[in-house]
Amino acid sequence: MGKVLVFAEQTNGKLKRSSIELLQAAAKSGNTVVAVTFGSHAGDVTAAIGHNGASEVHVVKDASLDSYNPESYTANMVAIVNKVQPSIILSSASSTGKDLFPRVAARLNTGVASDCTQLTINGDNVTAVKPMYSGKAFATVNFENSPIKIVLMRANQLPVEAADTSKTANVVENTNSATDLKTLIKEIVKGASEKLDLTEANIIVSGGRGLKEAANFKVLNDLADVLGATVGATRAVVDAGWVGHGMQVGQTGKTVAPSLYIAVGISGAIQHLAGMGSSKVIVAINSDANAPIFQKATYGIVGDALEIVPKLTEEFKKALHH
Amino acid sequence: MKIFVCIKQVPDTETKIKISPDQTGIDTAGIKWVMNPYDEYAVEEANKLRDANPGSQVWVLSAGPKARVVESLRTALAMGADEAIVINGEGLDNFSTAKALAEVIKAEGGMKIIFTGKLAIDDNASSVSQMMAEFLNIPHTTVVSKFAFNGENVTVERDVEGGAKEVVQMMTPAVVGANKGLNMPRYASLPGIMKAKKKVIKEIEFASLNIPATDIKVKYSGMTLPAEKPAVKMLSGDSSAQAAELVKLLRDEAKVL
Repeated sequence: MGKVLVFAEQTNGKLKRSSIELLQAAAKSGNTVVAVTFGSHAGDVTAAIGHNGASEVHVVKDASLDSYNPESYTANMVAIVNKVQPSIILSSASSTGKDLFPRVAARLNTGVASDCTQLTINGDNVTAVKPMYSGKAFATVNFENSPIKIVLMRANQLPVEAADTSKTANVVENTNSATDLKTLIKEIVKGASEKLDLTEANIIVSGGRGLKEAANFKVLNDLADVLGATVGATRAVVDAGWVGHGMQVGQTGKTVAPSLYIAVGISGAIQHLAGMGSSKVIVAINSDANAPIFQKATYGIVGDALEIVPKLTEEFKKALHH
Repeated sequence: MKIFVCIKQVPDTETKIKISPDQTGIDTAGIKWVMNPYDEYAVEEANKLRDANPGSQVWVLSAGPKARVVESLRTALAMGADEAIVINGEGLDNFSTAKALAEVIKAEGGMKIIFTGKLAIDDNASSVSQMMAEFLNIPHTTVVSKFAFNGENVTVERDVEGGAKEVVQMMTPAVVGANKGLNMPRYASLPGIMKAKKKVIKEIEFASLNIPATDIKVKYSGMTLPAEKPAVKMLSGDSSAQAAELVKLLRDEAKVL
């Protein structure tokens, strides 16, 4: 057995669900689990990291690491990897994970498997499966010439069980390793939404042209509020200016993998299916019974979205309050 | 100044994917190939930067099997790129591709800004631009939807989770990974296409770059098509009945609530 290093991400002192997935998966493998987390909130999540399976957590509590910087994060991650000597590194395929670990892998002369949806850890070996060609095929990733195997997992792919509050992690403080940065983060412009990002959301309610006009996205927002869901959209409505590009699901938008995807007034262009096809359960609501989205859907409703969605919102309200 | 653009040729989204008999890749017969959609934003931004800085040149590079990869290089030339280089090689992974691109860019000299797409839609990996930046020992930013250059530094906007944006300043040379929203890529004009046909594309053999075989870090196996989905269950009745039925199914059958 070796060591698995998990990159634990947090938002304002709250450990991300995607990181909990990875900590628990690593702990189940029987390996020693070591976590790493950065920034002035690092101390706020060390307890939760321990509860979810890590026996040791490395923190760099420097406020300069509160926002992601590729150079400073690479320097600190590599320093900790060299100290811990893991055989496997796990991270979420988040904005930060996807940007950081290829650079870390290049510096460590090792391989990285990105955007994976299945993970099997067996001792020092790891097998990951990832979708290829927009989910039209699946491949097993085999590491070669890789002293450390780095796997980046999509969110919501692994089960999460209740945390064990009796377990704790030994906290190791590290000093900031970064020097002479050529990259400077000048400003963070906050997003309009307080909701989970589409790539992390477990439930997504998405709208297309069938909603007829921008104002009708309100019915989706109402439904999303009841479900605790994030609202997405098709390229057509983004290009029409109804909603921002950050909401676009599909090729040239975001790739999502929620448990439940509710497609409202979406015909199902192949570029959209490319982004949401690996959702576990897909509900399609469309007035055109021949829309291609129904071939991908688990459940289908033919009808007027503006009539059905508010009824659905009422039904969910009733069902979820019992 | 020299502006480099690294592009990848990928199967068109609409093309049908078949698995190769050894399951390590796809059967390339009948595949329609296109320039990776995000790379179009990279080529366009490079052209705009060149046009705003007289005396500059856009160099477009791609690594892969020469015979087909030159098609996407010709597309980039038709869009307005000045010069093209193909790195001829088979079976390259992201690590070795990044190293090859870095080696060739270093050898060409004069790099100032290197554009790439934020990811390629075939493997969705988003790794070559970051690895290349590391091999060149220069800064990088990916998922960029706004770009400005003041002659010395670049300032970009990077899209992150929850609709947030980071404003990032980098010293040049630097690598910029383009996202949708950066610009509106121009179509190749007819004269552009005619001119591109006549251009000589510089050829470099991957084998001549002295990149060790141990720089292949990742290989694929057991490639399969997705499992057939069960047929859709269509709900009936009026909208109230459908809504009630759906909630029941999601709770009791699909168990996602």
